[in-house]
Amino acid sequence: MDALIEYSPSLLAGAWVTLQVALLSVALAVVTGLLGAACKLSPFPPLRWWTMLYTTVMRGVPDLVMMLLVFYGGQLLVNAVIDRFEWDFVEIDPFVAGVLTIGLIFGAYFTETFRGAFLAVATGQLEAGRAYGMTGWQVFRRILFPQMLRFALPGIGNNWLVLLKSTAIVSMIGLSDMTRVADQAGRSTHQPFTFYLAVCVLYLVMTALSGYVLGWLTRRYNVGVREAQI
Amino acid sequence: MELFDIQVITGNLPEFWRGLWVTLELTGLALLFGFVVAIPLAVMRLSKNPLVSMPVAAYTYFFRGTPMLVQLLLVYYGASQWQWMRDAWEAQHPLWSWFREPFFCALLTFGLNTCAYTVEILAGSMRNTPHGELEAAKAMGMSRLQSLRRIVIPAALRRMIPAYSNEVILMLQGSAIASAVTLVDLTGAARNVYSRHFAPFEAFAFAGLIYLVLTFVLVGLFKLAEHRWLAHLAPRKAQKAKEAQ
Amino acid sequence: MTHNASVEQVRVEDLHKSYGDHEVLKGVSLSANAGDVISIIGSSGSGKSTWLRCINFLECPTAGRILVGGKEVELVRNRKGDLTVKDPAQLQRIRTRLSMVFQHFNLWSHMTVLENVIEAPVHVLGILRAEAMQRAERYLERVGVWKFRDSYPAHLSGGQQQRVAIARALAMEPAVLLFDEPTSALDPELVGEVLKVMRSLAEEGRTMMVVTHEMGFAREVSNHVIFVHQGRVEEEGNPREVLLRPQSERLQQFLAGSLK
Repeated sequence: MDALIEYSPSLLAGAWVTLQVALLSVALAVVTGLLGAACKLSPFPPLRWWTMLYTTVMRGVPDLVMMLLVFYGGQLLVNAVIDRFEWDFVEIDPFVAGVLTIGLIFGAYFTETFRGAFLAVATGQLEAGRAYGMTGWQVFRRILFPQMLRFALPGIGNNWLVLLKSTAIVSMIGLSDMTRVADQAGRSTHQPFTFYLAVCVLYLVMTALSGYVLGWLTRRYNVGVREAQI
Repeated sequence: MELFDIQVITGNLPEFWRGLWVTLELTGLALLFGFVVAIPLAVMRLSKNPLVSMPVAAYTYFFRGTPMLVQLLLVYYGASQWQWMRDAWEAQHPLWSWFREPFFCALLTFGLNTCAYTVEILAGSMRNTPHGELEAAKAMGMSRLQSLRRIVIPAALRRMIPAYSNEVILMLQGSAIASAVTLVDLTGAARNVYSRHFAPFEAFAFAGLIYLVLTFVLVGLFKLAEHRWLAHLAPRKAQKAKEAQ
Repeated sequence: MTHNASVEQVRVEDLHKSYGDHEVLKGVSLSANAGDVISIIGSSGSGKSTWLRCINFLECPTAGRILVGGKEVELVRNRKGDLTVKDPAQLQRIRTRLSMVFQHFNLWSHMTVLENVIEAPVHVLGILRAEAMQRAERYLERVGVWKFRDSYPAHLSGGQQQRVAIARALAMEPAVLLFDEPTSALDPELVGEVLKVMRSLAEEGRTMMVVTHEMGFAREVSNHVIFVHQGRVEEEGNPREVLLRPQSERLQQFLAGSLK
């Protein structure tokens, strides 16, 4: 217990790194997902095929393998470019590699979430907008997008919870997130169980807090939806 | 410098092959364990008695709320923290000695992890049993256990196929973290090849491709399973088309 | 009755509509003057709804002319070979003059009743929010659903939802109200409240075009009835004449069927 107190500042610093990776990744993933959904629903076939390839590959390859590919492969690419132009050495940052990988992988999941949500909006809702003289952009901004978001919310929440847990793998490319801090503290104090358990508790706290926020968002955005009576 | 050298792959095929085998063994055994144990636990999860349902709920909450990587590290590295465990290893205790084996630790962690998800999937599916079907079973004079065994569970197992197929694919991909505890699974093999040849694209892209193919195979198998066991839930149109043939 | 009965609001001439090889409308025409209440009747699949939806261009006709407010709508052919409005500004003007009430209400489910009614006046007509609110309250009161102004559509009965939809259409202060089978999706006991509102709107002298299955409404409220059969106008005229003494065999059969 003393060891835990002694190391709690670094553990909390690690938790902050985890949270930063998660938040930046989810922001990247949401933007990618919206773009991906737009491409998948576009009338332009090559755009649909490329997006399809992207979502298939990202969802078919383990996040760890993808991250190692981005981290080590990216370094090799950067080195090749540097050699070519004789620039100074640049090291790929595990933080950047982690955010990029997780963001792009979950971008594929968000693509599917948003695509489904766009398709779930009833055509009558859009038709009513057009019948009242709204422009295409007005129909999108005032009706399609807000309704889509409501359908997407459960999926967004789900993706976020999975993403949050995925961040643990950044410890394997050397980023000092809370899992890596626990690893080091566990070795030096010979109490690995205590520290890994502490990380579990921190993740559970983050999950619980997310659940709370998601519940609040759902209540807020689900206004106007009648719950099924069971 | 070449960015892609196919000989790095062809020269290390046996290592990739052994790694693939470890991945398949780990994933397959963990899924088998998780599935079998999930059935009684799902029934307990739905019990009205909180003394029965709460422990299961706590178990699934822990395993679904924390990363599998941390769970694995907790089991493998964490075990050595306890003096009694180290003593048991000293005495070559037949049971506790397994906790020194990375393969056993990975199998245990993966099994418990997928079991927790499967419990929730199955319990959710059982909760969705149409009320009328239960009533019909009751009216036919079935006991609670009988209707559970004959109606609720079989129907729930069928309905959970789509969600479970997702879990199987996630388990396969999640098993990539086994290399964190020195196991040489498919990802571990790729990491070895990378560090020997400093060839990240060849090593990781090839491993990624194999995972992709495995995922496709699984998706295909589950499509077949859905076709076979979920025909009763297919849209009417599809049924009619079938009849017309 | 303040309207000048001779002002023509909508005129449709020789309208055709095909989906691929299937011709749904085979040249139909009508003219609606201010104060007219026109009922369009016919069995399902006769093309009557398509006709109405072509008038505000939710569907694009394949051929024909349409005049709104005495002005011919300029049409161009799109890639599919159908006719669309050449000038988007004119399309918007047409749609603000002709407000539609849908079979399935199509109230925007993420907005409250009040928000539904002020949405298009504020964002399409560009009137001030405060003024739109006043309008909305007035029309919600008018159709008897004012007390639900802060509810969401999903929490209302079908009849209430349809009355909100009528208030939404009225808030545009349109020249013509288009009703696309406004009572077909309602439970039988809820039909009456919607028909009552529609009848009172007709009595105010509003111009209405109603696609309907309600023979009572067609007979008692409208001043002109059109019977559509297989994409053609089979019979039309004064409802008392047409519905009480149908000439064509098909209308006789249709009326016999709908009385059951």
